[in-house]
Amino acid sequence: MSVSPPHVDGGMGQRVQRKEDARFIRGKGTYIDDVKLPGMLYLDIVRSPYAHAKITAIHTDKALKVPGVLAVITGKDLDAHKLAWMPTLMSDRQMVLPVDTVMYQAQEVAAVLAETRYAAADGVAAVEVDYEPLPVVVDPFKALEPGAPVLRPDRKEQSNHIWHWETGDKAGTDALLRSSAVVVAQDLYIPRIHVSSIETCGCIANWDGVNGKLTVWMTTQAPHAIRTVYALVLAGAGIPVPEANIRIISPDIGGGFGGKVPVYPGYVIATAASVLTNHPVKWIEDRSENIQADSFARDYHIHAEVGATKDGKVTALRVKTLADHGYTDAAANPSKFPAGLFHIITGSYPFAKAFVEVDAAYTNKPPGGIAYRCSFRVTEAAFTIERMIDRLATQLHIDPAEFRLKNFIPPEAFPYQSALGWTYDSGNYGGALRKAMELIDYPALRAEQAEKRKQGELMGIGISSFTEIVGAGPAHTFDILGIKMFDSAEVRVHPTGAVLARFGTKSQGQGHETTYAQILAEELGIPVGQIKVEEGDTDTAPYGLGTYASRSTPTAGAAAAMAARRIREKAQKIAAHLLEVSPADVEWKDYAFRVKGVPSKSKTMAEVAFAAYTNPPPNSEAGLEATYYYDPPNMTYPFGSYICVVDLDKETGQVHIRRFVAVDDCGTVINPMIVEGQVHGGLTMGLAPALLEEIQYDAQGNIRGGSFLDYLLPTAVETPHWETARTVTPSPHHPLGAKGIGESATVGAPAAIANAVVDALAPYGVTHIDIPIHPWKVWAAIHAGKAAKGG
Amino acid sequence: MIPPAFEYHAPGTVAETIGLLSQYNGEAKILAGGHSLLPLMKLRLAEPRALIDIQRIPNLAYVKEEGEFLKVGPVTRVNDLLGSPATAAYPILRDAAREIADPVVRNLGTVGGNLCHGDPGNDLPACWIALGGEMTVTGAKGSRTVPAASFYQDTFVTAVGPSEMLTEARVPKARPGQGSSYFKIEKRVGDFAIAGVATSLVLDGKGRIASAGLGLTGVGPTALAAGDAAQSLVGQSPDAAHVSHAAKLAAEAAKPSSDLRGPAEYKRAVVEALARRGIERAVARARGGK
Ligand SMILES: Cc1cc2nc3c(=O)[nH]c(=O)nc-3n(C[C@H](O)[C@H](O)[C@H](O)COP(=O)(O)OP(=O)(O)OC[C@H]3O[C@@H](n4cnc5c(N)ncnc54)[C@H](O)[C@@H]3O)c2cc1C
Repeated sequence: MSVSPPHVDGGMGQRVQRKEDARFIRGKGTYIDDVKLPGMLYLDIVRSPYAHAKITAIHTDKALKVPGVLAVITGKDLDAHKLAWMPTLMSDRQMVLPVDTVMYQAQEVAAVLAETRYAAADGVAAVEVDYEPLPVVVDPFKALEPGAPVLRPDRKEQSNHIWHWETGDKAGTDALLRSSAVVVAQDLYIPRIHVSSIETCGCIANWDGVNGKLTVWMTTQAPHAIRTVYALVLAGAGIPVPEANIRIISPDIGGGFGGKVPVYPGYVIATAASVLTNHPVKWIEDRSENIQADSFARDYHIHAEVGATKDGKVTALRVKTLADHGYTDAAANPSKFPAGLFHIITGSYPFAKAFVEVDAAYTNKPPGGIAYRCSFRVTEAAFTIERMIDRLATQLHIDPAEFRLKNFIPPEAFPYQSALGWTYDSGNYGGALRKAMELIDYPALRAEQAEKRKQGELMGIGISSFTEIVGAGPAHTFDILGIKMFDSAEVRVHPTGAVLARFGTKSQGQGHETTYAQILAEELGIPVGQIKVEEGDTDTAPYGLGTYASRSTPTAGAAAAMAARRIREKAQKIAAHLLEVSPADVEWKDYAFRVKGVPSKSKTMAEVAFAAYTNPPPNSEAGLEATYYYDPPNMTYPFGSYICVVDLDKETGQVHIRRFVAVDDCGTVINPMIVEGQVHGGLTMGLAPALLEEIQYDAQGNIRGGSFLDYLLPTAVETPHWETARTVTPSPHHPLGAKGIGESATVGAPAAIANAVVDALAPYGVTHIDIPIHPWKVWAAIHAGKAAKGG
Repeated sequence: MIPPAFEYHAPGTVAETIGLLSQYNGEAKILAGGHSLLPLMKLRLAEPRALIDIQRIPNLAYVKEEGEFLKVGPVTRVNDLLGSPATAAYPILRDAAREIADPVVRNLGTVGGNLCHGDPGNDLPACWIALGGEMTVTGAKGSRTVPAASFYQDTFVTAVGPSEMLTEARVPKARPGQGSSYFKIEKRVGDFAIAGVATSLVLDGKGRIASAGLGLTGVGPTALAAGDAAQSLVGQSPDAAHVSHAAKLAAEAAKPSSDLRGPAEYKRAVVEALARRGIERAVARARGGK
């Protein structure tokens, strides 16, 4: 006789189909642009053709004559209400609308308010602006040269240098590098890219002057933080609105990836317009505006040096970086980390010493520095260290897989204190790499490559064994605007055993409605179909810092488990009452409360819930609900090993990805299907900057690639067949052992691809190639290599 | 899409279309599949006063061999070049159609639009040049025939006048011993070509090249004819030396400019590689291969 294991429908580890997909794939989602309110007006924005210019006049007369146009709002109008500038999260300031100077091409110059979307656009076309061009600074290195035009005369520093940040042991690192047998140095540029989520940014601001209430539907990943910022900014503008009268609603969101964390000028202008007119005002960016003006990601100019002993053990790492922030530092980082978590750059390796410094510069480009699916600059770090490890292996004539296996922080070293101060929670790096090598049959590939090389064919194998750092974060180090980076869950069990659970995070497609429900199903023994998850409405959800940086499962997912356990504590007393035993004689086992030693005497959570409302124990509170604000004790450190195989076309430079095996470890897996989906999407978003994406500017600061005509995202045709697998090394400090998985693949993939291409080009003496690896770069590298060899 | 206001007409005949075009005096645009025109209007780079939609005119969509030609109606969808049995002897057209963006674009984009848009990145113009095709242009005074090689005047400028439309595009009927191919590379599907090479040739009974045509995509202000390259092949046997020589001449015919798709010298090198592959493939097909 077989005994079926204890089971709850939709518990953890099951491949539950995503609850949200029914509406997404049938076109029944509700995105901002689907929301239509009575009397709604439309806002569209006039943008600057210049990257740096003085505005000498804004002529609005023609625009105001366009039928349906109601008003043209300029920086001077906003300035009258102290709203022309707004603070950034990084203690800098950003223009909402310029009073007299534009700082980058496509910057907001004025806004047109109209009765229809079309009239607003026609009004924008009719606004005439007189500009006096100013000298443009595009190159951040030139920005820091003496005599460079000062882009931000409003700052007392009178320089384009924003900040310097460093961490680690400088003297120790210098000394250890000096005494290392081998040191390799490399310049790497991680280009400026854009998240390009399928839904652009937008909002509807609805000021209700009668009741003094402001409701804003907004494409935001962090509605609560936005509400607090709104309360502060409005108070500063002389429009004090109690925070309880401000409601931010973040409905369905079509992808965020970090790009929907910042407060964009459009939101503020729409809000001001609503307050001025007492009408709801809708503002939705078009695609070009989204790419050209919204926060960028990356844009790090990195100089890295790594050392090793003669027999190939890593010693020290030194990194100097210049960060191009555009005209203001509007990065979305935790307050104490101006360069994000870039100092995870020691990666999977036990460097004895490390030193990292970052300087940030202003240029005439859009602001930002957002964490594009990379938990605060982790992609920059992972790419650098994984490229440098390959450089070292090549220099030492050691196979890159062997070099990694020889150097990895060993499993028994966890929790591991990195040279730059992080405490890695758990890891088994060798396990992941060995699994990837098995899946792809690494030795056979190397043999094939040797054969191909003899025939002059270019085949390359690239590895990336990254370590991530996600789940920001512990209150002792992590805050945004002083608000600690906890997250929250509020769980209510209804009399019939159905559950309503609300969270401070906000899904943008990650599948929270399913993942959180599975956690609760597991913890409460209630089928997943009975559990409804809500996020994104600040009037109903508990306060939280939102969803980005793979933090939702590490923080709010933990809060879900902890809130459920609180519910179980109370439920146990009710169960004891129902079972007529003392609470101490009851245990939670196999998804029910059971009398110890007599497991058949039991009560389900649904039975307990019913009693909580109909038959509570005497002298106890009715109801069954709990709230938990979870402060993670540490970050979680997901990791993985990726292996990529490429074949290059020598004549055209085309890169063909033949295979890509991704072994990820995100600790305990809640829904394997969702995890695989996150990895598939993440890998494609890692492929994109490796081969295609980059926002470039010419010397005048004109954006090159400001629409999907030129800014190329991969399609299904360019995307290889991803082969995914996993190892499971639970986080010791997370209540479920789970780590984040939203970003691992984006972080890990680019280096595997770049390493594969460089490996393929090794016969030409190529040791590095900057991403994106366009065909012409491969072709040029081959030609330079041929020339160097004399033919 | 938020363009300025425009008028819309859906005439039922070619004559009506010509009448409307004359009436708007150059300020109207023909709308076919819309997959080049509408993106321009979306960006407000084109602001026509009126759109004249030719998609409802009967009998403008066909692919058929008739007399000495393969005739293609202007509203034929690009996808129909792939599906129609009539194109079996013109593998170049199927190669090219398969390279035009994705199925969505191919289902709506028309052969006429692709030939008339005048973007050097369009794939069909080079094919028409290689095949020695011609265009029938109809205006108030009737129709005239323009060879593909002189149809393209500058970027976005063709032989079609403001009050005219393309009413048929045709190529000489395939001959025994004819082989053709189209090779293109792009950074990503649907991006403009880095470069493309269209090749058509005929082998005579002795296996020598009796005639040849080569067209280039994306490496000049318009699609280009690589006449010297084609001429160099005529009368020769298609051996490695002659093919390489012709490929070099094709590269010399290219007038690429440096842009996001690469520096000019790279594009020239790509033309050379693709021309070699293209001629080899065309020869193989002429000999009965795939
Ligand atoms: C994402 C995307 C990717 C693309 N990729 C490619 C590609 O790889 N290769 C490629 O070749 N093309 C590509 N295109 C363009 C596509 O093939 C267009 O469909 C084609 O260029 C124009 O055909 P259309 O029927 O859509 O024409 P429309 O857009 O309707 O018209 C284009 C122009 O031709 C004129 N016109 C149309 N028909 C006639 C006629 N009968 N007589 C006179 N003038 C006429 C119009 O007035 C207009 O000026 C792409 C388009 C998109 C949107």
